[in-house]
Amino acid sequence: MTSPLQQKLKITGPTVITANRLTDGVVVWLTAESGWSDTLSRAAVVSTPDDALRLLGIANADENHAVGAYPARVTVADDGSLAPVNLRERIRVGGPTVALPGAAA
Amino acid sequence: MYIYDEFDRTFLQERVDEFRDQVKRRLDGELNEEEFKPLRLMNGVYLQLHAYMLRIAIPYGTLSSDQMRALAHVARRYDRGYGHFTTRQNIQFNWIKLEELPDAMADLARAGMHGLQTSGNCIRNTTTDQWANATPEEIEDPRLYAEIIRQWSTLHPEFTYLPRKFKIAITAAKHDRAAIRVHDIGLRLHRKDGVTGFEVIVGGGLGRTPFVGKTIREFLPRHDLLSYLEAILRTYNAGGRRDNIYKARIKIQVHEIGTEEFTRRVEAEWAQIKDGALALDDAAIDAIRAHFKEPDFEALTDGPAELEAAKTNPDFARWYANSVAPHRKGGHAIVTISLKPVGAPPGDATADQMDAVADLADQYAYGEIRVAHEQNLTLPHVRQKDLFTLWQALDAQGLATPNIGLISDIIACPGLDYCALANARSIPLAQDLTKRFADLDRIADIGRVHLNISGCINACGHHHVGHIGILGVEKQDQEFYQITLGGKANHKAKLGELLGPAVPENEVVNVVERILDTYVELRTSKQETFIAAVQRLGIEPFKERAYAAR
Repeated sequence: MTSPLQQKLKITGPTVITANRLTDGVVVWLTAESGWSDTLSRAAVVSTPDDALRLLGIANADENHAVGAYPARVTVADDGSLAPVNLRERIRVGGPTVALPGAAA
Repeated sequence: MYIYDEFDRTFLQERVDEFRDQVKRRLDGELNEEEFKPLRLMNGVYLQLHAYMLRIAIPYGTLSSDQMRALAHVARRYDRGYGHFTTRQNIQFNWIKLEELPDAMADLARAGMHGLQTSGNCIRNTTTDQWANATPEEIEDPRLYAEIIRQWSTLHPEFTYLPRKFKIAITAAKHDRAAIRVHDIGLRLHRKDGVTGFEVIVGGGLGRTPFVGKTIREFLPRHDLLSYLEAILRTYNAGGRRDNIYKARIKIQVHEIGTEEFTRRVEAEWAQIKDGALALDDAAIDAIRAHFKEPDFEALTDGPAELEAAKTNPDFARWYANSVAPHRKGGHAIVTISLKPVGAPPGDATADQMDAVADLADQYAYGEIRVAHEQNLTLPHVRQKDLFTLWQALDAQGLATPNIGLISDIIACPGLDYCALANARSIPLAQDLTKRFADLDRIADIGRVHLNISGCINACGHHHVGHIGILGVEKQDQEFYQITLGGKANHKAKLGELLGPAVPENEVVNVVERILDTYVELRTSKQETFIAAVQRLGIEPFKERAYAAR
């Protein structure tokens, strides 16, 4: 869970590229169509450093839509569904693990 | 309350207009992220895990009721209905949209609020005692000097790009509630030979490399405050390290060159400038003082009949004993509002609670509110005759938990639930601890214990100076927590000592409970506080018991 921005690019399995949407900071993932989705299941998955670097290059070139792109490990289930590997990414996918105070306005 | 003048209002509006243009240019692609990031940070805008976070300055922790309502409005209109009060007396909103930030800032500016000096390598919001101008302990209102520092430091051309951020705290009371010895500069107002001045403490700080500050001047006449601060900042700006972010704070400079050499450099610089434009004369100080509107205190006497009658209510009596402190004016009291109810994130308040506190401040406390670095709120000037009614109203809002200074009055950073820098979560742990220690009789019996939690080594939760400090670390994608004992943030500040190996998340509450059970068993009497027992016994007995059952 060390900040991904401080990690070297080390690809050890299925990996997606994630970032935050410029306009509102919402968590997004790079899709196979080189766009961004706020749904992890639509993320493009790669497994090699070269492919991850290529996607990262696409992501970084699109910083007017999403910022702070980095690779994140995922698991791929038999049915193809994706799940984040570590707690940090699970929180980014699912939101805070605690109930938000009060009702949303 | 400090009342902004036309200059302040115009300045804020200009900054909002400037930021609105910067946001527009970023959204239009005219500015790239590298260009925009320092601009947003200068306005208190961070990008966190899920969203942008806006940190709003609350200078020296003082809010008017209208300003609190403005915060409630921002929480409702632009965020998700709540805010998080921080250990620097500020407030953070966690879900702000970049495209809406200029509007939010415009609304805040109308209430005299902003995010300036809440981020970046500048002089940050100066913090002080939340009981300022209310406690009988102090010799003068420290906010006066905090405001002088604010005016000197805001947009200071020489100190906008320091090697690293810079935090100043002031106290004017013997009991330090502002943690001045763990700030880059700590200032303690005191008198010498009838003259008011400051003890100047430099090089304190927490984070990766914690230090308790060193006194470099026992007494600095108040008229020399700004010139001496300028000399310190120049010494730091010239000699502080810019090659390594982890060694860039002034505490490292003081440590590396030594207190004596650092002091020599400051004094040499000061000798050049002390009688220059920064010398404060009485007229300048009085001009600032005139902007602080003193409450129109009623002439009252202590112990009114309404209060004495109310004390027969045991729940009120418990709250009164825990959360009410003496005031310098007869018939008045200081009330601390706990933002630490059982099971809630420490320091969070909903928009409804903010509005309620604002209304109660107007009704019972001359419209003034304070934020404490312990992440609670304070009504500094409450009429004693109104305490019972106030308590009932606070209780109805979930704001009357009588746990101030007790084990469940936990300081906690937002942790991995929100923060992009965190390694582990803080809030769920705090929630579990408050649930374990929900019994009010039990926590009253345990007595004063400060438990502080940080989700990473940056120590926003002040874990180093908690009587019990908890630091979240990550090991192979699992949350573990290091525990320290014996830290203190007061006038006898001390860093806690590591108890032993980090423990997994699901064991922390049990370990804390065993530490406190050990204290209860070994204390000489109920008068021996937890921290006093740790000092007397050392950490060994606690370590032995804490790890025994694992």
